[in-house]
Amino acid sequence: MAILELHEVSKNFGGLRAVDHVSLAVEAGEIFGLIGPNGSGKTTIFNLISHVYPASDGRVVFQGQDITSLKTFQICGLGVGRTFQVVKPLKRMTVLDNVIASAFLRHGTMKDARAQAEKWLDFCGLTPFASHLARGLSIASRKRLEITRAMATEPKLLLLDETAAGLNPGELDEAIALILKIRSSGVTIVIVEHIMKVIMSISDRIHCINHGQTIAQGTPQEVARDSKVIEAYLGHGGGN
Amino acid sequence: MREHRIPLIILAGLLVLPLVVREPYYQHLLILVLLWVTIGTGWNLLAGYTGQVSFGAAGFFGVGAYTAGLLSHHLGISAWWGMALGGLVAMVIAFPFGWITFPLRGAYFALGSLALGEVMRQVATSWESLTEGMVGILIMQTFISKLPYYYVALALAVGSIVLVHLVTRSKLGYYFVSIREDQDAAASIGINTTKYKMVSLAMHAFLTGMAGALYMNYMGFIDPHVVFSLHDISIMAILVAIVGGVGTLYGPAVGALIMVALQEIFRTAGFGGLKALSDAMGGGFMTVVTKYVSQAHVLAFGILVVVVIMSLPNGVVGDWARIKRVFKRG
Repeated sequence: MAILELHEVSKNFGGLRAVDHVSLAVEAGEIFGLIGPNGSGKTTIFNLISHVYPASDGRVVFQGQDITSLKTFQICGLGVGRTFQVVKPLKRMTVLDNVIASAFLRHGTMKDARAQAEKWLDFCGLTPFASHLARGLSIASRKRLEITRAMATEPKLLLLDETAAGLNPGELDEAIALILKIRSSGVTIVIVEHIMKVIMSISDRIHCINHGQTIAQGTPQEVARDSKVIEAYLGHGGGN
Repeated sequence: MREHRIPLIILAGLLVLPLVVREPYYQHLLILVLLWVTIGTGWNLLAGYTGQVSFGAAGFFGVGAYTAGLLSHHLGISAWWGMALGGLVAMVIAFPFGWITFPLRGAYFALGSLALGEVMRQVATSWESLTEGMVGILIMQTFISKLPYYYVALALAVGSIVLVHLVTRSKLGYYFVSIREDQDAAASIGINTTKYKMVSLAMHAFLTGMAGALYMNYMGFIDPHVVFSLHDISIMAILVAIVGGVGTLYGPAVGALIMVALQEIFRTAGFGGLKALSDAMGGGFMTVVTKYVSQAHVLAFGILVVVVIMSLPNGVVGDWARIKRVFKRG
């Protein structure tokens, strides 16, 4: 059964149609890649799912429930976690406190929330930084903190927005390992990513959009061979 | 308990202080300091911890004061009942205010809050059948001695600090600070930002309203210009917290002491010291200085506050480590 469905979702910003009748279905347990050139509407789709702003048209369904008009915090409460492309650490809090704030969603007492937070820091490999202020972290650790914080809300579905951008090759492999570990723990993942090495190697299925419209979907191999995808990324062949 | 040793020693000192300091004038200043500890601590909860900078403290302060005053004036109920009610009525005002202004962020919320005190002042001025308008409300004070007021003010100040301390150690505190740091991130980890901003505002309103009601009891007289004053209440609340240290537990307490002392020193030209000095020096230059300091005390006070804020951007408590370093070197 599909854990997440988008039915003909659109978003207009003034006269600009950023997302244009996009439909997709994410199956429980898979890693679902969302790709497209810069400005094609990937992050906008994430923001529509987690209701950072409302959709102009269409429906978003999570586990059979229409969540189109729910608020961001309610959607998180139902089990949709997300990270931000432009990371949003709670800067003047320690890494541990960042994650404790998240863990309070499912655990009411300080003691439980703290134990959970420590568990997730360990799971994501951030324990050595627990007492650091979030604003002092490197970009790789900040990206990891985004994931840790999202995981501490114990999501069933995790939306990862370019968590590999800006990482060096070594960090990239660690990020891939973490994403696969999260999937093994039973969390469904939708990932927006520019780095093809990441998206092609870990996605079960890929959905490609350009100018807010779906241009291809299928397995990584199918999408990589699709002429419209190649055209969207590389442009028209010269003159002929 | 160890981390609270110094505050507890200070508290013990404060309990016996008015028995030692018997001069009513100094007791009056101490009561003012304690009132400002409460107001500053309440403001700090909303602005320092939750990040919602408000210029509306006077709105809640005045509502608390008028609640106590009007109960006594119209119904003959002791204004002490107004203490509890003053806080509650301020909370009631806080809900529609928060509902209207919380969709606004940052500077826009601050501007919205600026209107609160002004609106309330206009209401209190114009609704003469209820509030006596500009004439103000005069009630009989319960006590001639200042001691009872001192201890009530002390209880309120200590209560507000304990409240903030407990909040910062709970889920509530984590949610407040998360909202301060990034509202979008806070919503993304499941925090109902509007609800928790409202909770923070309600606590701020309750403490400030209680302080207002105590002010009514203590002073025995209020009018709209005094209790809804933008600069004497709303701005002072902000200064108390900023000078002491925004987002620190004891910052507003330290700030209240400094601000009330500074204000009084400037207002009285060094408790009359400047005048005595100029008399002793036989007039001339010092007389001119004294004249200007006394006449322009608000300006001089303002300049000093600017200097303090510029040199200690995190307040006395927030920059304590830096202050200690400077003194060690010197």
